[in-house]
Amino acid sequence: MLEILLDATVRAGTPILFATLGAIINERAGIINLGIEGLMLIGALAGFAGTHASGSLLVGVLAAFIVTFLAGSIHAVITVQLRGNQIVSGLAMTMFGIGITALFGKGMVGQTIAGFERVAIPLLSDLPVVGKAVFNQNLLIYFSFLLVFIIWFFFYRTRWGLAVRTLGENPAAADTCGVPVNLYKFLAVTVGSGIVGIGGAYLSLASTPMWIENMSAGRGWIAVALVIFAGWSSPKAMLGAYLFGGITAMQLRFQAMGTTVSAHILQMLPYFFTIVVLVVSTMRLQKGASQQPESLGLPYDREDRK
Amino acid sequence: MADFLRIEHIRKTFPGVVALDDVSFSVASGEIHTLLGENGAGKSTLMNVLTGLYHPDRGEIRIDGEKISLTSPRDSLAYGIGMVHQHFMLVPAHSVFENILLALDNVPNLFNRKKYQTKVQNLIDEFGLELDLDMPVWKLSIGAQQWIELIKLLMRDCRLLILDEPTAVLTPQEADRLFAVLERLKNQGKSIIFISHKMREVMQISDRVTILKKGHSITSLKRDEFDENKLASLMIGDDKIPQWQKNLQMSDEIVLEIQQLSVRNDRGLADLDSFDLELKKGEILGIAGVAGNGQKALAEVLTGLKTASQGRIMAKGQDITSSDAKKSYIAGIAHIPEDRKSIGIAPDMSVDDNLIMKSFKNGAFSRWIFQDKKAIRRNANEKIEQFAIKSGPDGTPIRYLSGGNIQKVIIARELSEKPAVLVALYPTRGLDIGSAEYVHKVIADGADQGMGTILIAEDLDELLKLSDRIAVMFRGQLVGYVDPRNTTREEIGLMMSGEKQGGAV
Repeated sequence: MLEILLDATVRAGTPILFATLGAIINERAGIINLGIEGLMLIGALAGFAGTHASGSLLVGVLAAFIVTFLAGSIHAVITVQLRGNQIVSGLAMTMFGIGITALFGKGMVGQTIAGFERVAIPLLSDLPVVGKAVFNQNLLIYFSFLLVFIIWFFFYRTRWGLAVRTLGENPAAADTCGVPVNLYKFLAVTVGSGIVGIGGAYLSLASTPMWIENMSAGRGWIAVALVIFAGWSSPKAMLGAYLFGGITAMQLRFQAMGTTVSAHILQMLPYFFTIVVLVVSTMRLQKGASQQPESLGLPYDREDRK
Repeated sequence: MADFLRIEHIRKTFPGVVALDDVSFSVASGEIHTLLGENGAGKSTLMNVLTGLYHPDRGEIRIDGEKISLTSPRDSLAYGIGMVHQHFMLVPAHSVFENILLALDNVPNLFNRKKYQTKVQNLIDEFGLELDLDMPVWKLSIGAQQWIELIKLLMRDCRLLILDEPTAVLTPQEADRLFAVLERLKNQGKSIIFISHKMREVMQISDRVTILKKGHSITSLKRDEFDENKLASLMIGDDKIPQWQKNLQMSDEIVLEIQQLSVRNDRGLADLDSFDLELKKGEILGIAGVAGNGQKALAEVLTGLKTASQGRIMAKGQDITSSDAKKSYIAGIAHIPEDRKSIGIAPDMSVDDNLIMKSFKNGAFSRWIFQDKKAIRRNANEKIEQFAIKSGPDGTPIRYLSGGNIQKVIIARELSEKPAVLVALYPTRGLDIGSAEYVHKVIADGADQGMGTILIAEDLDELLKLSDRIAVMFRGQLVGYVDPRNTTREEIGLMMSGEKQGGAV
């Protein structure tokens, strides 16, 4: 029972994990990206179409990354080069993603592909309780484990990562140290967006190997909230994503067991939890234990007079 | 000496403002070149042009005679130009090590942490500093943060070092240590541009001085061509310096008493920590201390902008600890704030309106529910004449006035109701000498009429000249009182770094 629940938790949490990691990279560089939901949809459709056309899952994942990388560059141009309002641009990106995937996805509805399969790691997958959840999953899930570490390593053990973190805190400090501010910000937004896109592709290539209109169903928004919950740290993002994955898995379990509670109420739980998490983490923020990058959301103009 | 850097006819405008207008300037190898001028004269703008932050509209920059263009700080660094900015370029949430590491040249992206930590630690030891590399910067004192900025600059192999008011937050002893480092660099053939308002420092270390005024470079003088008086008269130009003299001695009557007062900041640290202070009637009480040791919190708590977590403030026998800004005013405390443009005035409103901001509820300026424009105008005319404010045409937004005139408006407003206590936080910071002397005169005149003044200032010379007593602050506590007539700068400097030694006055 617990084994099954853990397995379902990881599977439900992974798309949110990718999306949260992508959003963290954006926000570490000081750019708020509220387009996560739209980018996930774009990634989901691009991934599905790529695999459908080529027959290769790898091509699908790469297509998802590249297309969302390009879509993210719209947000990057607006917020970094043009110093536009990040909130408005992000919201527009979400609207854009929902609309354009509905339009171009029409032909994909009802098509099928062979999705990601489980790959059991010998011996380890036989471990009790966690064996199945951690070591008998598909390749994308293994990749997500790796990515959590890579991102942590990047931010805390490389000079690039230090430069990107400095952009989010005090871009003028980075600038005066010779960091190419706009280039790094641009890359943080686009690469981050690409990773969000892989989260979307997980939905259409692994969760349910098909394209369904608006299949992200608000997961992008959950990711936006999880960034705050995770305190802009990738290992904590993993914890948060699986927490939500767990709630989703559990409510599905309840529904399957035929509980008398309305399915609508149960489906609401992850979103309800988002609000609770936001309230709690915001209260924590106000107590001064803030991890929030200090210049988050502020455009950087070198010639601005202080 | 060959010129390392030469700039010619630089012009830089911002929307609505000409910040630099035809500025020429040069600095030689092995030279310390000082820039003098009031705030707004264009010193920092000029330096930001040199570091590639601002792009000039016109003009040439030459290095070793070669014309160059600086499009970003990256370019400047590549030419060996480094700067310590007046506003710290630090990330408070990052550790000391991380802040320094980002500033280093040639650090590989996958770096050897140990190696660079040792490197940074060696320099810290060389300066005899006590800095924990893993400590987040926000936990450090402002003075320590200044040293981190200096280390960032010194660890790079720069040919030109620009220091924008580096000593403002250092004790006199620390400043001397910095000057020794600068002398050494100079002897190695490096060029140094130094910006300071403190005449003593300028005289001590400059090989050449250039004076900037309203975006123009007025003149450059070599070491044997200037002395303190010459520089002062050049900065003042045709302006008259007000004469003043303090006549009345302070009485023994206590007008303000602070007992065991503690104030916490937003991060939960103590800005004031069981602080005690007594202000007497007609006294000018100077507060000495390195910036960031609680001076601002002291001014803010006295004027009701911050609340105390512990302790009491007594004025005229009345406990005013928990009153808001308005009630403190009624109790008779006037305030000259640190940041005159953002706290002292409403920049887009006229001089007339700014002058009545404290007394707008007073019936003299209203008829029923309407403003009495005539009375407001009359009041403004009186004040403009009395305080010699150059205010421009009627209705001019106050932000177009010079710093000195804005400060006069604030003073006119604050002193209009004959306060018993004045709290002045860096009242002459960035003012030209004429305006600064005017502020001194007003404070001295006020003292003659029995006003007690708490004067918080950076420049020890200013405090020594003006104060009846000097109280020294360190880490939110009172170190002690000294008598300015028989105390040396060195003694005060030691107290500013926390050594108790002042006797009772």
